[in-house]
Amino acid sequence: MVGISACGAYIPRYRLNRKAISNALGWLSSASLPGEKAVANFDEDSLTMAAAAAINSLKGFNRAKVGGVYFATTTAAYRERETAAIIATSLDLRQNIRTADFSDSLKSGTVALLSACDSVKARSADNILLCGADCRLGKPGSAQEITFGDGAAAFILSNKGVIAGLEGSYSITCDFPDFRRAEHDKFVRTIENRFVREEGYAKFIPEAISGLMKKYGLEAKDFARVAFPCLDARQYSTICKNLGFQPNQIQQPLIGSIGETGAASPLILLIAMLEEAKPGDNLLVASYGNGAEALFFKVTDEITKVKDRRWLKKYLDRRAELDIYEKYLVFRNLLPVDTGYDEETAKTELPLTWRERRTILALYGSRCKHCGTPQYPPQRICVNPDCGAVDEKEDYCFSDKRAVLFSYTADHTASSVNPPLIYGMIDFDGGGRFVFELTDCEPDAIDIDMRVEMSLRRKYSDEPRGIHGYFWKAIPIIE
Amino acid sequence: MPEGIKDKVAIIGMGCTKFGELWDKSAEDLMVEAFQEALEDAGIEKKDIQAAWQGNQFTEVNIGHSALPLATTLKLPFIPVTRVENLCASGTEAIRGACYAVASGACDIALALGVEKVKDLGFGGLPRANEDIVSLGTRGRVIFPSWVNPNPGMFAMMAIRYFKRYGLSIEEGKKTLAKISVKSHHNGALNPKAHLRREITVEDVLNAPMIAMPLGLFDSCGVSDGAAAAILVRADIAESFRPDPVYIKALQVAADSGESLMYTGYDYTHVETTYRAAIKAYQEAGIENPRQEISMMEVHDCFSITELVTYEDLMISPRGKAKDDIDAGFFELDGKIPCQPDGGLKCFGHPIGASGLRMVYEMYKQLQGKAGPRQIKNPTLGLTHNLGGQPPQSVCSICIVGN
Repeated sequence: MVGISACGAYIPRYRLNRKAISNALGWLSSASLPGEKAVANFDEDSLTMAAAAAINSLKGFNRAKVGGVYFATTTAAYRERETAAIIATSLDLRQNIRTADFSDSLKSGTVALLSACDSVKARSADNILLCGADCRLGKPGSAQEITFGDGAAAFILSNKGVIAGLEGSYSITCDFPDFRRAEHDKFVRTIENRFVREEGYAKFIPEAISGLMKKYGLEAKDFARVAFPCLDARQYSTICKNLGFQPNQIQQPLIGSIGETGAASPLILLIAMLEEAKPGDNLLVASYGNGAEALFFKVTDEITKVKDRRWLKKYLDRRAELDIYEKYLVFRNLLPVDTGYDEETAKTELPLTWRERRTILALYGSRCKHCGTPQYPPQRICVNPDCGAVDEKEDYCFSDKRAVLFSYTADHTASSVNPPLIYGMIDFDGGGRFVFELTDCEPDAIDIDMRVEMSLRRKYSDEPRGIHGYFWKAIPIIE
Repeated sequence: MPEGIKDKVAIIGMGCTKFGELWDKSAEDLMVEAFQEALEDAGIEKKDIQAAWQGNQFTEVNIGHSALPLATTLKLPFIPVTRVENLCASGTEAIRGACYAVASGACDIALALGVEKVKDLGFGGLPRANEDIVSLGTRGRVIFPSWVNPNPGMFAMMAIRYFKRYGLSIEEGKKTLAKISVKSHHNGALNPKAHLRREITVEDVLNAPMIAMPLGLFDSCGVSDGAAAAILVRADIAESFRPDPVYIKALQVAADSGESLMYTGYDYTHVETTYRAAIKAYQEAGIENPRQEISMMEVHDCFSITELVTYEDLMISPRGKAKDDIDAGFFELDGKIPCQPDGGLKCFGHPIGASGLRMVYEMYKQLQGKAGPRQIKNPTLGLTHNLGGQPPQSVCSICIVGN
């Protein structure tokens, strides 16, 4: 049986209340929805969110055993430069694995998931790490801006320790012109909403789900839960009702709490269902985009062995108000602002980033074999003043180590679109000290001895040269 | 145990320009002014100079690499010239080159000149660490915090840790630091060459905008243009030039080993390089009780916290007790060891390459009784402390001069 053996989610900390959007733009547009949307911090993107979800899914898993990485998104950081490869490097996976980016469609999350299961079934890999994330942009004033939210999910697909086996799927492909972006478009384009709802959404989801039911001889009552992206709340319940689902089977959409998370949406919904599922449950999830795909999973007894199933809940609980709409615009680079400086950017030394990829992307330092001192960055000559051993180092990973804040400051002179820039001297559990930026925290909530963990972020963008610099920052521990 | 430099080298002439936002002056203008004053003060001619050392950090800002800019501006006659740089300690490094050259007998008369022209940048502050001037070394901006300049935050973190260790609340700590800036402003107001010449109050300091928590605008030195120069000779010929040469008693440098940044042994409440350089300097100068024997000091007050921990690192104040000395007025102009009699980096200014030389300039003038309203009574030993980089990765130069 092939299916999900582990999962992890990631929702960014900031929530933008939709009222803040209408306060800013209500004079221009009447688009509105209740609730709030999750907004990635200025230093987050689909890559960093996917990496965070992937790390969550890999807890307790030997990373050397990961057989491949599939990444799904419609908002990749590069048009050419594989995100899955960058994620694989940051997770310090083996080099001899298969990786792929699945992009360009809202259904790419389930496309990648099915491909991952196919790879495992075909024995092309023992397991595949699948992660999906999106950070989509709607034009200010549009219904899309109000609806979209940022988030990520990750699964390990394998045939060992499966908590939910993939039982079947049914896919339909339609070049339906509802959402699109061409080469230079920053914002998702769409057409008349009624057309999208009635000719697309209301037709493709039922066709995929009933196609699946017919293929496997099942009815609505055979499923414990059903979920699919919610383009429209009323249409969502109508579709479910028409397919024969009872209210207690219908998974609550997340559009009101985090928004519609693009390619990650069905994956996040699947995790929401798994959090509450019991052994024997059939869970039905569908994606929507250029057609639709319906998948169903059967939950196994293995799920009872999972100690903490708050995969998504802990991120829904972790939130901070992004109280100013203009901050969202600046974080997403939609508002050109005066940072007070020349805005020139130093060249990125690419050969260095390749040679030091493990140091930079995977946060590898070294440990002195002579005295046992962990040190970052890796040192050929030991930093311990009582040791000083030369070339007696072994690899030592810091990315999974927790740490304590030894000192800190909030720097108003530094370069940041979310000032002040907070950074501190971080003392790692087990040894090692270095200076790192902090993020996802407020200056007045920080003190010496605060406990932190490390998070991969987009540290800078060398815009003139089209290079994004990813590195680790410290964040307050998310329990 | 090496013999050391004590009483082997003397300074017979010094010059120093006014420091400030000198929009009308080029680096060349500043070099010429400082040099001419030093020449006149020494009573020698340019052709007597046999070697030169130029201290300067930001070559990119209109000065240029090597010491050719110095040689061609001053029209030095085909003599050896060397550019030296040790971040903010570049000025003292220039003195060091000239001093050792003269002491070794490689030449009889040498010039040390420091210059900086940062106000040609076109924006406030120093050249950006994350821009084309890559001053952060290998990896630099890829892994370090997104500094525009690492100094404010890295020194601020020392203040945070110091306050915590010695039981000071942020408010109490900031008040203590404020007194340091107030003291320096008082002295700077008496100095016609200083960039900033107005008195301030503790309230002014506490209410100033935050730079890097807990350091505010008035806890930080600014950015200035300027130049300073010194002419050095062997001690045994010094009195043939003037009756009151100033002798170098000690000249020591200590650079961080890397431990402090990457090893958890560092307490971040002091600057180890200052302490190590001080031990060597006192040994070289034959000083056993600095608190008793040092008459006056110019220390590297890039930030008020730097000056505070320096009192302790120089073993003038006991560890953790600098606050008591500050409160007692120990370092005021009329105190036991006046500190920053010329206003310091804070008020005189900090044109980086020139600062180490400017510090010695003040000690020199004080020893010769030429400090006017800032004159300290009968000084015998003056100490300069010139610190490049920031904790925990710094290089410290200490120079002790006397009559």
